[in-house]
Amino acid sequence: MASTSSTGAAVPPRPTRPRRAVWGERGIELLIYASGVSAIVFILAILFFIFREAAPVLFSDRFSLTQFLFSTEWYPTSVSNVRYGTLALSAGTLAVTVLAMILAVPFGVGGAVFLSQFCGPRLRETLKIIIELLAAIPSVVWGFIGLTVMSRLIVTYTGAPVGVNVLNGGIILALMSVPIIVSIGEDALKAVPDSYVEAALALGVTRWQLVFRVLLPAARHGLLAAVLLGVGRAIGETMAVLMATGHAVQIPHGILDSVRTLTANIAAELGEAPAGSEHYQVLFLTGVLLFAITMLVNLAADLIIRGARARK
Amino acid sequence: MMGHPVSGTRPDRPTWAIAATALLAALAVLAACGGGGPQSQTTTIQNKGSDTMVNVAQAWAEAYKLAAPAVDVEVSGGGSGVGIAALIRGTVDIATSSRNMKPEEIEQARRHTGQTPKEIIVGYDALAVYVHKSNPLEAVSNEQLAEIFGEGGATVNWAQLGVAIPGVTDDTIVRVSRQSSSGTYEFFRDHVLGKRDFKLGSRDMNGSKEVVELVGSTPTAIGYSGMGYATPAVKMLRISPKTGEEPVAPSVENTLNKSYPLARSLQLYTLGEPQGAVKAYVAWILSDAGQQILAESGYVPLPPEQRRQ
Repeated sequence: MASTSSTGAAVPPRPTRPRRAVWGERGIELLIYASGVSAIVFILAILFFIFREAAPVLFSDRFSLTQFLFSTEWYPTSVSNVRYGTLALSAGTLAVTVLAMILAVPFGVGGAVFLSQFCGPRLRETLKIIIELLAAIPSVVWGFIGLTVMSRLIVTYTGAPVGVNVLNGGIILALMSVPIIVSIGEDALKAVPDSYVEAALALGVTRWQLVFRVLLPAARHGLLAAVLLGVGRAIGETMAVLMATGHAVQIPHGILDSVRTLTANIAAELGEAPAGSEHYQVLFLTGVLLFAITMLVNLAADLIIRGARARK
Repeated sequence: MMGHPVSGTRPDRPTWAIAATALLAALAVLAACGGGGPQSQTTTIQNKGSDTMVNVAQAWAEAYKLAAPAVDVEVSGGGSGVGIAALIRGTVDIATSSRNMKPEEIEQARRHTGQTPKEIIVGYDALAVYVHKSNPLEAVSNEQLAEIFGEGGATVNWAQLGVAIPGVTDDTIVRVSRQSSSGTYEFFRDHVLGKRDFKLGSRDMNGSKEVVELVGSTPTAIGYSGMGYATPAVKMLRISPKTGEEPVAPSVENTLNKSYPLARSLQLYTLGEPQGAVKAYVAWILSDAGQQILAESGYVPLPPEQRRQ
């Protein structure tokens, strides 16, 4: 401050901004740059940390990657024979996610079509607010609904012995993914150029023809991205599936079997595993597996969106 | 596009969401920093561990608040293993546990904290085997339980035990177990399965209460949990140590005279001899007032001669 004013007095004023403003702007630029880059730094740091914790067991002689990926026997705390097989957990994750998507995609895409084509502006704004509210419900609340309300309904209507199972988890995850699919899908439909719609209307198409022959094909990349983001949400969800799927290590033979997912397993066991033990490292390796799966899904979503942009 | 001038002027929602999240996170951090104020007046005892004991630990904490208002006892569950792991890291004052600390855990605690864990037995518990109240089964032997729950065990249907459950078409046994951090899980494995592993595919519940709730709502279920968690919807089985021997019911007398095969002690662990507020708290738990609360929670209090530290 003092230096600025003294230099300002010594040198005749030039048509530049005061140094304070220049430095201030640079400072703010730097801050914004740092916030932008921090995302990359964080992701790399997380990746590094998970790998560092998981690496010792990955390269140890007693550990077999084949067993880890393809065995269904998960006995991390056995006294006689410790086995770390995650196939049943992966199968649980897959079963719940697939069921959730089967339920969520028709509702999500249908909701997006309705919002963008079939409802008036006032209803649309109201619905949007409510759908976004639905997305804001904490996952533990969903889990609680699954555990108490849904499980009773499932026992009553399907005759399943236990109400916490794949069906329960799938329904809860579908309810959680629908808002994402609706709001991103609606954006995708809105991004279809007006000229397409106008051309179709000029040819005298009905609304259904407009939706099925023009809008959905034109917005398919965006809709697919919306679905994949919903998938990402479903795979990564922990608390709700921990409470709603019954927590049983087995490959499900039907939607009324209980399962355990990769995420729920980490959540349930990491607290007890002594830091640095083999069990702890294997749980981090499960985290790496999960990271790889979600990254693949996100990458696929990203590539599809890019494809959509490049083609335009 | 269809005559809605508002479309396109909508604010960019994801950015808002990120900004809001960041703001909330910042506020949470501030709140967490600001919350440390009143520590100078009150002492806080961190108490973590056994899900079997979490109800009684909570009841102790509440009653002790009346006896000693200057001491806050913070209780959390998670399982005996979680409490012991926290004790090894030195993040809790008291770990509650329904199993004994293993020698390697004691060694780890010594290495991490430089102090030897001190074990204080505060009561006893009978691990009860529960079935639905409509199940006609009354007694079961240890071997039968191992066949139901153990890896490689052959019993999968109730018919194999000669039991027909009224109103049920599929009589597959629904096994209800505990998550592997639970002391109850390890106790059952060590004392019923003979250290064999559990059969996979059991429903692993995160708390003693959840086991009883699920068994109470499932006619074909069988599960194990502390006897303090019994509800009208479930039935406790009598257990014979070996096939052919007289089955014993889980009760206070049978626990104290050790005739019930699944009785176990409940303990607290502290790092080194308890000091200051923790010492007073432990002494209070072992007093008549503390033991009274233990008994009310459905556990078996210590006989008078054992109530010394």
